[in-house]
Amino acid sequence: MSNAAATTAVARPVKARGTASRLFFGRNANTVYALLLIVVIASVFVPYFAGVATVSFLLIDAVPILLMAMPMALIIITGEIDLSVASTAGLSAAVMGVLFHDAHWNVWWVFVACIIVGLLCGAFNGILITAIGLPSLAVTIGTLALFRGLALVVIGDNAVADFPVDLTTFATSTIGGTGIPTFMIFVAIVVLAFAVLLHFTPFGRALFALGFSKEAARFVGIRVNRSKFWLYVASGGISAFAGIFWVLRYSSAQSDSVTGLELSVVAAVLLGGVSIFGGSGGIVGVVAGVLIIRTVNYSLQLAGLPDTVLTIVTGSLLVLSVIAPSVSARLKLSGEKRRNRALRAETFAT
Amino acid sequence: MSQTLSPPVERPAAGRALGRTFVSREFSVFAALAVLIIVTAIINPRFLAAQGVKDLLLNSTIFVIMAVGLAVVVITNNVDLSIGSILGLSAFGTGSLFHAFPSIPIPLVFLIGIVFGAVLGAINGLVVTIAGVPSLVITLGTLYIFRGINNAWAGSTQYFIGNEPKEFGNLSVQTLWGIPLFAVAALIVVILAAIFMFGTRAGRDLYAIGSDTEAARLFGINVTGRVVGAFVASGALTGLAGVLYASRFNSVGADTGTGFELQIVAAVVVGGVAIFGGSGTVTGAAIGAVLLTTMTGALAALNVSKFWQQAIVGALIIAAILLDRILSVRTARKLRVSEARNV
Repeated sequence: MSNAAATTAVARPVKARGTASRLFFGRNANTVYALLLIVVIASVFVPYFAGVATVSFLLIDAVPILLMAMPMALIIITGEIDLSVASTAGLSAAVMGVLFHDAHWNVWWVFVACIIVGLLCGAFNGILITAIGLPSLAVTIGTLALFRGLALVVIGDNAVADFPVDLTTFATSTIGGTGIPTFMIFVAIVVLAFAVLLHFTPFGRALFALGFSKEAARFVGIRVNRSKFWLYVASGGISAFAGIFWVLRYSSAQSDSVTGLELSVVAAVLLGGVSIFGGSGGIVGVVAGVLIIRTVNYSLQLAGLPDTVLTIVTGSLLVLSVIAPSVSARLKLSGEKRRNRALRAETFAT
Repeated sequence: MSQTLSPPVERPAAGRALGRTFVSREFSVFAALAVLIIVTAIINPRFLAAQGVKDLLLNSTIFVIMAVGLAVVVITNNVDLSIGSILGLSAFGTGSLFHAFPSIPIPLVFLIGIVFGAVLGAINGLVVTIAGVPSLVITLGTLYIFRGINNAWAGSTQYFIGNEPKEFGNLSVQTLWGIPLFAVAALIVVILAAIFMFGTRAGRDLYAIGSDTEAARLFGINVTGRVVGAFVASGALTGLAGVLYASRFNSVGADTGTGFELQIVAAVVVGGVAIFGGSGTVTGAAIGAVLLTTMTGALAALNVSKFWQQAIVGALIIAAILLDRILSVRTARKLRVSEARNV
């Protein structure tokens, strides 16, 4: 792909790619096409897929993944990772249950407290990773266990289920007859905010630079540590928000709420074209990646596969999404090498 | 290799400082273990009763064997998060074998379990090396793929194999000179792995790969083969642990071994194996695993709520990488000073 772009750039002394071409032929666009293709295939082959019910069931489970995928995309673009998102959501869910049920707080103050818990979790990750300089992978594996463990400490074996009915019905309600969950409005706001932040602000562009080369980014005056710190704080806050949604949607807060969702989030982000090595990716692709995972899962559910087996699909999508770009890059590289060798052989022959 | 590389000259001060750090790192884990045991025993003397010690040894066996396997992988600057799922598959496979062929010879079951684990490990290793992508992501994926396969295979079936062939269930209570047979097996695994890592060229290669993969490749080390080998070793040891698990714990099912990977990662990191490879020992990882198991037992003996256990595991992981960071910063400073003196 980059090869073709390079040759055209040589042939015509124009900018490598216009906005229109980027919109329709970039990696982001490919993910969107893949999503459309999967939706079409599912509508044709899976009975009962094409319908309003699909929209609401498919999207309501996409809400927490979409939310967490936004900060995750930015973090992976900077070359780091956050595996603790689901545990952060679980901890805030546990705090929510205890503050509401045992401490009898007003529900709105409970929400505020949960978000603060999430922000603190994120700040904890951020401090360890930026101020102390520990590897994000190791830190967030640790906090994955730590935050989930704290959730257990906070709520134990209990499950809190007596949340106000109007809130729980709001969480599962849809906008009019469209089947789109009302919560998607919040999700849309978050997605838009992150899209603007990443693609239209100096801060966002700095993140790409950071993912390419931390040293270079530091030399051009980007505050590497500060940027990363705030990304982790944002990740914690958004994860807590996703945890609140999770509790309201299932009207139950327990210690194992949101367990294992980090897999879907990371898989969606990588499937959406964000490079695991950092430095490239886009919000449109990530949104499409989340929807691809949800669509595939939902159609297989409709086709009668049990939930426990579906983890095979999510796991495979994750593996494929990291293998595919790397294998295609290798093929391209070996192709170039072969061509170069052939070229050299010709030169020697003449 | 070692002959050509280390001429019989006095080792530079830098090397000694590095050596001391390693010694102190493992020693500190061991000291922590000793303190934990002593304090718990003072508060609750029953903790060191014969049965308590036996349980402790038995319980740590499985974690020790898995930790040794994972340490080999982590030393190459990779990680295998799928070991909990591999253990589950191997344990459930053992149950299925005894269910299908009640009279199958026990050594054959062990062999099948080990080979099964090795195959699963090879899948991880091949995908990681051929595609050239971070093992973290691949094994996070196979963690769920293997678990999904286990779910599909087991469904709601639970095999209670502890008593089906009595000799198999009895393995976990047999002793050799008063030491549980399983603990002896774990000790043999640790010794063999330690000899392999320090005494063979392949073992030293793994450290070289972990320190700097590109340099190792330039040096002529078969990086792909060695890394796949590390994953196979980890898978095989986890497969062995799975068979032992089936013998030790009566029932195996769809969710056997869920979440073990975090405990083992914690054990390895606590045991002083740097998460970015190149340093640490399998002995350290094994002590780390014993420390973690002992702590679970100690918490129960001290009447601490079981809910604290996972939080403590998480805190330990973070404490361990913090400690590693502090030690490595100090070593780097020492190296700078000593090199400045040499010049």
